[in-house]
Amino acid sequence: MPQPLNYLRETASQTAGPYVHIGLAPGAAGFDLFEKELGTDIAGPNAKGERITVEGTVIDGMGAPLKDVLIEVWQANAAGIYPHPADRRAGEVEEGFRGWGRVISNFETGLFSFETIKPGSVPGRPAAHPPRRSADEEAKDALGRGRQDQRPMAPHLNLWIVARGINIGLNTRMYFSDEEEANAKDPVLNLIEQVDRRPTLIAKRGERDGKVVYRFDIRLQGENETVFLDV
Amino acid sequence: MTRMGRIGSNTGPGAAEYFQRDRTLHPPAYTPNYKTSVARSPRYALLSLQNSLSEVTGPTFGHSDLGPLDNDLILNYAHDGEPIGERIIVHGRVLDETGRGVPNTLVEFWQANAGGRYRHKKDTYLAPIDPNFGGCGRTLTDEDGYYYFRTVKPGAYPWRNWVNNWRPAHIHFSVFGAGFVQRLITQMYFEGDPLLPHCPIVKSIPDQDAIDQLIAPLDLNAAVPLDCLAYKFDIVLRGSRSTLFENRLEGN
Repeated sequence: MPQPLNYLRETASQTAGPYVHIGLAPGAAGFDLFEKELGTDIAGPNAKGERITVEGTVIDGMGAPLKDVLIEVWQANAAGIYPHPADRRAGEVEEGFRGWGRVISNFETGLFSFETIKPGSVPGRPAAHPPRRSADEEAKDALGRGRQDQRPMAPHLNLWIVARGINIGLNTRMYFSDEEEANAKDPVLNLIEQVDRRPTLIAKRGERDGKVVYRFDIRLQGENETVFLDV
Repeated sequence: MTRMGRIGSNTGPGAAEYFQRDRTLHPPAYTPNYKTSVARSPRYALLSLQNSLSEVTGPTFGHSDLGPLDNDLILNYAHDGEPIGERIIVHGRVLDETGRGVPNTLVEFWQANAGGRYRHKKDTYLAPIDPNFGGCGRTLTDEDGYYYFRTVKPGAYPWRNWVNNWRPAHIHFSVFGAGFVQRLITQMYFEGDPLLPHCPIVKSIPDQDAIDQLIAPLDLNAAVPLDCLAYKFDIVLRGSRSTLFENRLEGN
């Protein structure tokens, strides 16, 4: 037997269950306990950028909306900066911009909705090695399949979805329909081999009562199944 | 030169990439004995991504987010007395796979009362609500990754899956870590519970060692004599790379 590696093993995930709101959104469960419920304000009052509403439903394999789902959002500010020490520019983020939010669906309709600002573009991964490209790689690049990792990422929200019946939280991203050019070059969208699945990550821009509303439906299973990520 | 496995020229200290998740120890999405998973599990494979800034960053929390009784479920909903049930302390550390404590991270927990009833408008189980028990709390780990809270031991409860399914006593946990991809929701179970091997949610985990890791042992050393018992529950989040070859660009 070789030496043991001695890493610990990650604690296994379990479903959040139907009563996730008690812990994470107690107001919705029907009682007030915490002075301050977390995750209700993503951008704060000082954030620059375009104010937007995002709404949609999470749909199961039978076509029915989930009425007990909880979604967490993680995003950069309008300048493409995350309020986290791993982002070198974190100090430039507006005071009160949290970048994180927690959203639950309506118990009767399944509709979820949240307000935030549209994020800016965030840098993608750098190349593993300085590019030394063959003609073949150049050709691949022209098809959008080469060194995607050097490109900036198109504006996106990172989403994490938990609910009864979901054993481990589902990660996905939401992109914006009015960012066609950036989306076409996005290194993550371009990793999706089945081109027809890419639109499942793109929210449709619309307007209602003078407000910008992006519609984003998430299909857990079946026709037009949303692309989920192992990140 | 630092030895952090950084991911690019825009990244500051602590931008290490996370170890890939071992999805053979986690429950798969589709576990038909847990019926609700059948229609709520993706059928296509997940798309694997290497970490970018979007994955290694995540929300941060501070003491100003919390109230003074947030980690005391015996007192944080007490109206005209204290809740009924077996008084316990739950404590432990949040670690990563390298064994390092995860400091200043938010840990949230929720549970049923001693009779197995949740304070939730959708729970209609006939066991009564406890007027002095809410069932949720939260705390931040200290600089070594340590956390603790006080509560009553939850009861088992029935649920509509098979005709006669009962959940073992459990406390739900939500943990953040430093990066959004360390985010984890799980359930803590209690040592010696005979319902454990019968539960389709527990058995959604294919790996027995991974199941055992969710079972908190009785910890008499942490009990308060003549007051409350204690259980110890350590939580392990994904580790991060901290050394070896780097993919750094000049000027980094």
